[in-house]
Amino acid sequence: MKNTNFKLFGLLSASLILVVFTLSPLIWLIIMSVSSAAELTAKPLVWWPDTIDFSRYSDLLNMDSGSGERFLMALRNSLITAITATLMALIISIPAAFAFSRRGASLVLLFGFLATIMMPPITYILPLYNIFGSLSLLNSSTALAIVYCAMLLPFATWLMKSNFDAIPAELDQASMLEGASTFYTLRRVILPLALPAIAATFMLSFLAAWDEFFYALIFTSDLSTKTLPVAIADFTAGRVTDYGVIAAVGVLASLPPAIVAMCFQRFIVSGLTAGSVKG
Amino acid sequence: MIIKKLLPMSMLALATSMAFADTELNALFMSQAAYSEADIKAMTAEFEENNPGISVALEFVPYEALHDKIITSAAAGTNGYDIVLYDVVWPAEFAEGGFLTDVTDRVPKDLGNQIFDGAWTTVTYNSRIFGMPWILDTKYLFFNREMLSQAGIETPPSTWAEVMEQSQILKDKGVVKYPLVWSWSQSEAMICDYTTLVAAHGGSFFEGAKPAFNKDGALAAIDYMATSLKSGLTNPASTEYFEEDVRRVFSNGEAAFALNWTYMNALVNDPSESKVAGKIGVMPAPGVKGVSEASAVNGSMGLGIPSNSAHKDEAWALISYLTDKKVQENYAKLSLPVWKESYSVKSVTEGQEELVSAASKAIAVMSPRPVVPAYTEVSNILQKHLHSILLGEESSEDALADAVKRVSRIR
Amino acid sequence: MVINKRLEKWALLSPALVVLGLVTLVPFVQTLWLSFTDERITAISKPVNWIGLENYIYAITDPDFIEALGRTIYFTLTSVGIEGVLGVAVALLLNQKFPGRNVLRFLIILPWAVPTIVNAIMWRLIYHPEYGALNSFLWQMGIIPDYQSWLGTPGRALNMIIFADIWKNFPLVVYISLAALQTVPMDLLQASRIEGAGAWRRFRTITLPWIMGPLLVVLVLRTIEAFRVFDIVYVMTRGGPSDSTKTASFFVYQEYFNYLRSGSGASYAVLLAAISTVLISIYYIGARRQAQG
Repeated sequence: MKNTNFKLFGLLSASLILVVFTLSPLIWLIIMSVSSAAELTAKPLVWWPDTIDFSRYSDLLNMDSGSGERFLMALRNSLITAITATLMALIISIPAAFAFSRRGASLVLLFGFLATIMMPPITYILPLYNIFGSLSLLNSSTALAIVYCAMLLPFATWLMKSNFDAIPAELDQASMLEGASTFYTLRRVILPLALPAIAATFMLSFLAAWDEFFYALIFTSDLSTKTLPVAIADFTAGRVTDYGVIAAVGVLASLPPAIVAMCFQRFIVSGLTAGSVKG
Repeated sequence: MIIKKLLPMSMLALATSMAFADTELNALFMSQAAYSEADIKAMTAEFEENNPGISVALEFVPYEALHDKIITSAAAGTNGYDIVLYDVVWPAEFAEGGFLTDVTDRVPKDLGNQIFDGAWTTVTYNSRIFGMPWILDTKYLFFNREMLSQAGIETPPSTWAEVMEQSQILKDKGVVKYPLVWSWSQSEAMICDYTTLVAAHGGSFFEGAKPAFNKDGALAAIDYMATSLKSGLTNPASTEYFEEDVRRVFSNGEAAFALNWTYMNALVNDPSESKVAGKIGVMPAPGVKGVSEASAVNGSMGLGIPSNSAHKDEAWALISYLTDKKVQENYAKLSLPVWKESYSVKSVTEGQEELVSAASKAIAVMSPRPVVPAYTEVSNILQKHLHSILLGEESSEDALADAVKRVSRIR
Repeated sequence: MVINKRLEKWALLSPALVVLGLVTLVPFVQTLWLSFTDERITAISKPVNWIGLENYIYAITDPDFIEALGRTIYFTLTSVGIEGVLGVAVALLLNQKFPGRNVLRFLIILPWAVPTIVNAIMWRLIYHPEYGALNSFLWQMGIIPDYQSWLGTPGRALNMIIFADIWKNFPLVVYISLAALQTVPMDLLQASRIEGAGAWRRFRTITLPWIMGPLLVVLVLRTIEAFRVFDIVYVMTRGGPSDSTKTASFFVYQEYFNYLRSGSGASYAVLLAAISTVLISIYYIGARRQAQG
């Protein structure tokens, strides 16, 4: 009994350290976003604001304020680019994964797919920049979505393939024997069973696209296409008097991925482990 | 007399009647020193009003991203920019690479003498002109009068040695922990501070085509910087600061001296931005006894038209408007005009007499940073080695000798 | 039928092949070609010359590049190494039964959801030499006598960035390891315990080999990401102080877009690609062998 109590105490204190380590930077970011500018430049710092000030959030969410326009446009661009790229990657990777899993496509080719993401983006950037330039696609969300799609595709294909492998082949064979087309089989038999995998792939792809900075930095040049990471980097390096605004931008930009991660979190585990155990 | 008055008016009428087809201009500006975003928005709004058919889309990036943005948008064809703001150190590189439109034939011939030479160098390379000067800027020495008087110092320093002496007094008397704050992060901002000090010490970066920053005044300048850090007079956080950090620390009343651009004058005296409003003095950066009276870096910037712009006439119209004497005089708080005459115009001088008189002295002694097509690389090499001296990693002789070697290896 | 099947296979693969071909293969080949030329980024066309191996010879004798490369490898190994150890340790903790465990499992994903750029600015604010929370906290606790310049001191700056990177990325390792831990057969552990194996031995001989597969996948993924590190450096230090955080990707970025030497930049990029491949292969083969042996 004494032993288990001791163990419980150990577990709880380890957990406490973990919670502090994980959450304190985030909580501080949120506190900063509602503290007054004077409190944020006090020495030593004021850890809790006198009055809680939400004005930065209302500014950022108001299209008519300068920072609001920047933020909301960037939010829109990020959503468009990340969602388009993620959907394209899913639509393209599912048939490819099926070919790898059921039609005997060579695994060497799959390794070739994966090899493309092992290369640092700096290896591709300059020719891509020239190609998009000659197609008049620089500074457009289309170019970014295409690049992101290619960036997400190998991993999505591999993840879907491993999950398809876990679905008994008899199911689709039976369907095919009844004369159904491959497309029908894929849609009606395989995909419903692979929903958790699709959710996991969607989530991981969306987060990766949302996070991407390097291509966006080089391919976008104005408000109409800049994504959030680039807008935030530009915004925070410029003339900002108030650290609280930076913090508020950070909080708002983390919300979409945080929500996606929270909603889909049980799927990553199932999706990824099916992938990694088999793959 | 009447003709003189009528002429500009008729020209204005001509300009406004020249209707442009519906075009949207993309313009690239920076969001740090000089004109604020609000100023630039107001100016372009006036321009749009006078020029129906043209609308201007503004893009603001930090100075640190400006160069790369101009380069990476060059291949963007008509999706790129029509007007870009660029720094005095880039025309050589941009002209060699064909990034900017040669506008020598567009610039009215009679402007030559009306605008300061230091401003013209911003847009000129090999006697061709690549835009119009817009920001005539240099780094001034700001000082906190209240702190000086608390320490019993009656006159602000007139040499860099006195800056150090007075800082020592301020520190010893406990008036302020770190009397000096600078923008010495590994960046162009540090090079600007360094150039000011090199000029003060009578040094030079190059002798002919040969790098010469490892001796004489250039060596003395970096030694001055390193000593001020070592003796605890300079805020040690300076080595990660940009201009905005300097402004924040100085506005917070945590430094007695700071070197910064024109724009800080208005903002540090604005009570909503600063705790030390009204207590601040501004003067040209001082000199070194027996060598120089004052020192300054040429930090001017110009407006140009990227060669891929499809709307060069409209872009030129906007540039002409933004660099117009009257327009500049209306927005003279954060950045002073490039026009000589403006410095005696009341609307410019009023309320900032001290700044304008400092400017008149500083503009006369402005020193350039090296004019070479590989400037960006020279600057990066210098930044790295100067920084290692400031951080006490290397001796100034060794580090600068390395830098010279590295600069000669540039391909 | 066979021909149909084969056709169908390629039909299913073709969209992926087209996208990857155009966006990765073609650019890669072009970069390879560029690396043997003296091309520069210009807005006017200038003649481009084939200069053979000149760029490569310059690159491998360029001390700045070697330093940047060393820094990148240090960054990669340190952050991925610590993320691996910390991730598995936390996963083991969360695999125990205790009150609040599920809440903890839920919360721990949050850092990972924070975008890299936001993570970078958040830590930049925390590390701020004058108004940062870290200085204020340590000073109030009496741990440091004076405020420190966390990102302004060579040697320290890179480690501070690594810390920020670990904070954001260790949850992914936790999640994967935790999922894998739940598949470890209880009877194996039980049997080993009866044989008298201590906790550490049970972990070494049963648990770790069992979770090695998934763990390896996530560590390889993290290695790929860490080796290309650019964004967090771009925002936190821009390579300073005194180049001490200038990573290889940042170095090549400068060669391209600051110095406009596309030919030479391409040769650095190709070298990076090669090293990245080698690094990941070594890692993978080594860890596989460890898992089996």
